[in-house]
Amino acid sequence: MAGTIQLNETPGGLRPPVAKGGTGRLYDLMEAWLPKIVIAPTFVACVVFIYGYILWTAVLSLTPSRLLPLYEFVGIEQYQALFGNDRWWLALKNLLVFGILFVVVCLIVGLLLAVLLDQRIRAEGFIRSIYLYPMALSFIVTGTAWKWILNPGLGLEKLVHDLGWQSFSFDWLVNPERSIYTVVIAGVWQSSGFVMALFLAGLRGIDDSIIKAARVDGASLPRIYWRIILPSLRPVFFSCFMILAHIAIKSFDLVIALTGGGPGFSSDVPATFMYTYAFTRNQIGLGAASAMMMLMIVVAVVVPMVWSETRRTSRG
Amino acid sequence: MKTGYMRVRTVVAALGLVFAASAAQAAEVEVLHWWTSGGEAKSVAELKKMLEAKGHTWKDFAVAGGAGENAMTVLKSRVVSGNPPVAAQIKGPSIQEWGAEGVLANIDATAKAEGWDKLLPPVVSNIMKYKGNYVAAPVNVHRVNWMWANPEVFKKAGVSVPKTWDEFAKAAEAIQKAGFIPVAHGGQPWQDFTVFESIVLGIGGPGFYKKSLVDLDQASLNSATMVKAFDTLAVVKKYIDKDSPNRDWNLATAMVINGKAAMQFMGDWAKGEFTAAGKVPGKDFICAPAPGTDKGYTFNVDSFVMFKQSKADVAKGQADLAAAIMSPAFQEVFNLNKGSIPVRLGMKMDKFDDCAKKSSDDFVATNKSGGLVPSIAHGMAVPSATAGAMQDVVTEFFNGTGMSSKQAAEKLAAAAKTK
Repeated sequence: MAGTIQLNETPGGLRPPVAKGGTGRLYDLMEAWLPKIVIAPTFVACVVFIYGYILWTAVLSLTPSRLLPLYEFVGIEQYQALFGNDRWWLALKNLLVFGILFVVVCLIVGLLLAVLLDQRIRAEGFIRSIYLYPMALSFIVTGTAWKWILNPGLGLEKLVHDLGWQSFSFDWLVNPERSIYTVVIAGVWQSSGFVMALFLAGLRGIDDSIIKAARVDGASLPRIYWRIILPSLRPVFFSCFMILAHIAIKSFDLVIALTGGGPGFSSDVPATFMYTYAFTRNQIGLGAASAMMMLMIVVAVVVPMVWSETRRTSRG
Repeated sequence: MKTGYMRVRTVVAALGLVFAASAAQAAEVEVLHWWTSGGEAKSVAELKKMLEAKGHTWKDFAVAGGAGENAMTVLKSRVVSGNPPVAAQIKGPSIQEWGAEGVLANIDATAKAEGWDKLLPPVVSNIMKYKGNYVAAPVNVHRVNWMWANPEVFKKAGVSVPKTWDEFAKAAEAIQKAGFIPVAHGGQPWQDFTVFESIVLGIGGPGFYKKSLVDLDQASLNSATMVKAFDTLAVVKKYIDKDSPNRDWNLATAMVINGKAAMQFMGDWAKGEFTAAGKVPGKDFICAPAPGTDKGYTFNVDSFVMFKQSKADVAKGQADLAAAIMSPAFQEVFNLNKGSIPVRLGMKMDKFDDCAKKSSDDFVATNKSGGLVPSIAHGMAVPSATAGAMQDVVTEFFNGTGMSSKQAAEKLAAAAKTK
């Protein structure tokens, strides 16, 4: 197999024959340079606006910058301050709770919805758009809507009280110990429809003949799902995880709209922490340090995943 | 021929002179602010009118967003790129932070010509100066230590408006028994901090307030008085409904307006909500100093900071802007629209409402008695990093589970060391 592929990929192997001479050389030159020229602006923009600014943030995190950038090296002082800050640890803990619950629950709910929708039911298109609809809203809208729903004096709790169940209590939104879980609820509501769409596409892409063959061999439906369908959805799991994980790590607008980081700062996450310190408390250096730590978290979570996945595909 | 040529030349020269002269006087004055809501926008339009009367053009640089965080981000990028606006809405110790960056203009000449040192209380003028030179012009004074009360609710509960924090506890108990929410509160960190600073002022008095929350004296921060202030904060918390977290201040004000709650501790911008609802001060609502703070006055002064300009004509426009801001005419119109009071002493107050008149009287009186202190919750007392760290402690105590008042005072003292 590998041999054939290599043959096909030999440079110039598929190039149409051209006459030697001026035009031919120009064509060669064009072929060599045009892709580079076309790609160059994007490449430069990427280097400057992504990696350049990452580098700049890294530099700022090593300076005593407060109101404006100040280029004076102080070593890892800002990181020491960051790790001595209780609020930062709370933000990290909240990210852990929110990140894990958000990703896992979204995956489970999304997969379940997709499997149920995949049973060739009537009005599938209609139901699918209902599930997908929250995705069309921004996190700000989701957060504001859920803020009303979860508020004990206005939403769910009041509704149940009015229905006659007076002892019912659901005050997570205003409970500092529970507020981060309300963010998970709203986040899952927003994103699981999207996960469902991805899984549904994956399910539809599985070759029917394999499933039929398994049926002929006498496998039960749960067994078919467990042993054949779910393993073949592995790439979809991977994409979903990547998308959900980065939504979780950079989650900012949902927290701001839903809880405002409160009660107090009990539902702070690293993104809101960074914004507060860099932009409202004039501590750009500390804010930059927290931004770098967020980058480290992304690197720590995503790079091993990508690495193991690419190794798998290159082997497979 | 020759005379004709000469005449043309003189005319051209004269025209050129006129042109140059007018160019030297008229400048484009660009002002960064975040006063974009109804009454605020009207107030800014007033300033624009005054500057245009002096022949300048006004370039509005309004960045929406309540507390000005967006505006500050835009301002930083403009200053870093070497193109600052003529003036920007910045207040409190942030003026010192900007001054330290070396980008502010010295407007001492204007201040001297207009006699600002006599027109402003020294606690205010000191905030407007960087290293002894005026760099900012103050616009208005908000009083923060107000209590807004609904007299109807107090009547139904059969209690009078509390004058001390001890009376407050008794009144709140009675109001709760009568079936009302005693305190309307928005559970956001800055609102928690606003209540807390009124308690500190009420319990410790202006002297203690100054030592602890302005001078950040460690012994005062970690004293029995501060522990008592935290105890009182816990009492206030008891009388707040449980839905308050993340409620906006104006929604809390609405609860007092429609008689669901008895009182709110909030600055005088709350007055705008009452008057917009057609309520009359003294009759439909009461504005009184927060319990125990009738001898004190926590102020929140908005100001325009002037940035260094390279062009002489723009600097002239800047001086005119500073003079216009402090002029009696502007101070009156602006503050009537904004709901605050003039920062300039000795103004006639007959066009203002009763709350503003009381505020103005107390402003003058506390200036003499030494009870005039900067609000820490509104960024007037200490740099934003320090105020932020202290606010974290207060809001953690307020919302947290099980931090004792003593521990809170210790943590507050530790937070005050944040630089």
